[in-house]
Amino acid sequence: MKSNAEVIVIGGGIIGNAAAYYLVKRGLSVIVLEGSDFIGNGGSSRNGGGVRQSGRDVRELPLVMYGIKNLWPTLSQELETDCEYHQDGNLRLGKNEKHKEILTKLATNAQSCGLDVRMIDAKEVKSINPYLSDEVTCASWCPTDGHANPLTTTLGYYKMARRSGVRFISGERVKELRMVKGRVRKVICESGDVFEGENILVAAGYDSRAILGTVGVDIPMTRSLLECLVTEAEPHMFDQMLGTAEADFYGHQTKHGSFVFGGSSGFEACNKDNGTPISSSKTAPCICRGIMKYFPDLADAKIVRTWAGWSDKCADGVAVVGAIDEVPGLYTSCAMSGHGFGIGPAAGHQLAQLIATGTTDVDLSTLRYDRFKAKI
Amino acid sequence: MNSVNDRSRDIGPFVPAPDDDMLICRCEEITKGEIRQAVHDGMWTITEIRRYLRAGMGLCQGQTCSRLVKGIVARELGVSPAEIEPATSRVPMRPIQMRVFANEAKED
Repeated sequence: MKSNAEVIVIGGGIIGNAAAYYLVKRGLSVIVLEGSDFIGNGGSSRNGGGVRQSGRDVRELPLVMYGIKNLWPTLSQELETDCEYHQDGNLRLGKNEKHKEILTKLATNAQSCGLDVRMIDAKEVKSINPYLSDEVTCASWCPTDGHANPLTTTLGYYKMARRSGVRFISGERVKELRMVKGRVRKVICESGDVFEGENILVAAGYDSRAILGTVGVDIPMTRSLLECLVTEAEPHMFDQMLGTAEADFYGHQTKHGSFVFGGSSGFEACNKDNGTPISSSKTAPCICRGIMKYFPDLADAKIVRTWAGWSDKCADGVAVVGAIDEVPGLYTSCAMSGHGFGIGPAAGHQLAQLIATGTTDVDLSTLRYDRFKAKI
Repeated sequence: MNSVNDRSRDIGPFVPAPDDDMLICRCEEITKGEIRQAVHDGMWTITEIRRYLRAGMGLCQGQTCSRLVKGIVARELGVSPAEIEPATSRVPMRPIQMRVFANEAKED
């Protein structure tokens, strides 16, 4: 089996798989190396499924807006997989004046990028979602936001890329990158396997930091724990994506009927790491308390499963996407800061275009890897 | 864990079988044929089968069907079921109401 390709993608999550799919569609040969035993095992399967523009930093907005306009609406047909994409709006909920201030600021920032997002009062919130408690006094409303199924979307890209001839290898942990004649070329794995690519895309979540470090590139990021829970199937209630001003939880009702919510306990930074990113006993109950305050009707819904994992959080909370100038042939999409799912198809699509043609439809200059400056 | 698994290995074509419409995962109503087809779509681990089809992700969390799913995946891949890793079991052990789960702590 050939171990060289025009592009080696490191990381089989939504971004790596999407990039592989769009690259092979452009006629390039691709090998994807996934470090874990499972495709889509990082943040791609540990998130609430939001496909959102509202609440995002203005530097990231053009890329996610590109995806929502051009890729998400037809993704299920394209991938022959039900991605369960719903574009029924995002409510970001607030209960007091402080929340209102946070939401208003986020909404104003997004408006400056041409996004249709506005503040609405309690009455309008209720008319959009009648199940919300009376404690909710305001919300930001973005009608073009939505949600999808991160698991089937990630595996749908994998299925179609693999069907088109992309070689996927799981359980293949990358140890280092090596330069040959001034270009990044070799990928050395812990197993002893060596791959060679004319271009290398690193989209390996937090592990990207160590891999990029082997050719002298450092992107300031930390790991941040994500925890999710899912209920049994419930009768259909609503189709909006939900979040809160303080981000205490977020989620939606899936096509299946279950509710998927993500959230945090506040102890994530010092959770005990026992070798597997296992869910903590504090977090899911805490998310439940948050949900019940906003949705009293869900108090009797049964939780069937909770799960947790790591996302890669950038020092400034915004993704890094693009080519690395000092290392010809090297590209990355990492430090997605919990926004990687919604932005994933667009990131993969634009990186494929960048690798194949040297140009992008979306200006990626705000997402550069070398934008980080010390405070003095 | 972390064994190198080349997903482009040839496992032969998907051949329809007379019992393909047999329900394997009763909670989520997933058939044997759907599981077999998923293997041919690249879902070679129980974890991926679960994420892709929801088989074993319903109320019983696979406590009923996981051995059956494992056997079907192993047969389709032409390997021993012992080589197929089980999926991770998750909290809670039994489905539990949000209002009960939330009692882990009380607000002042």
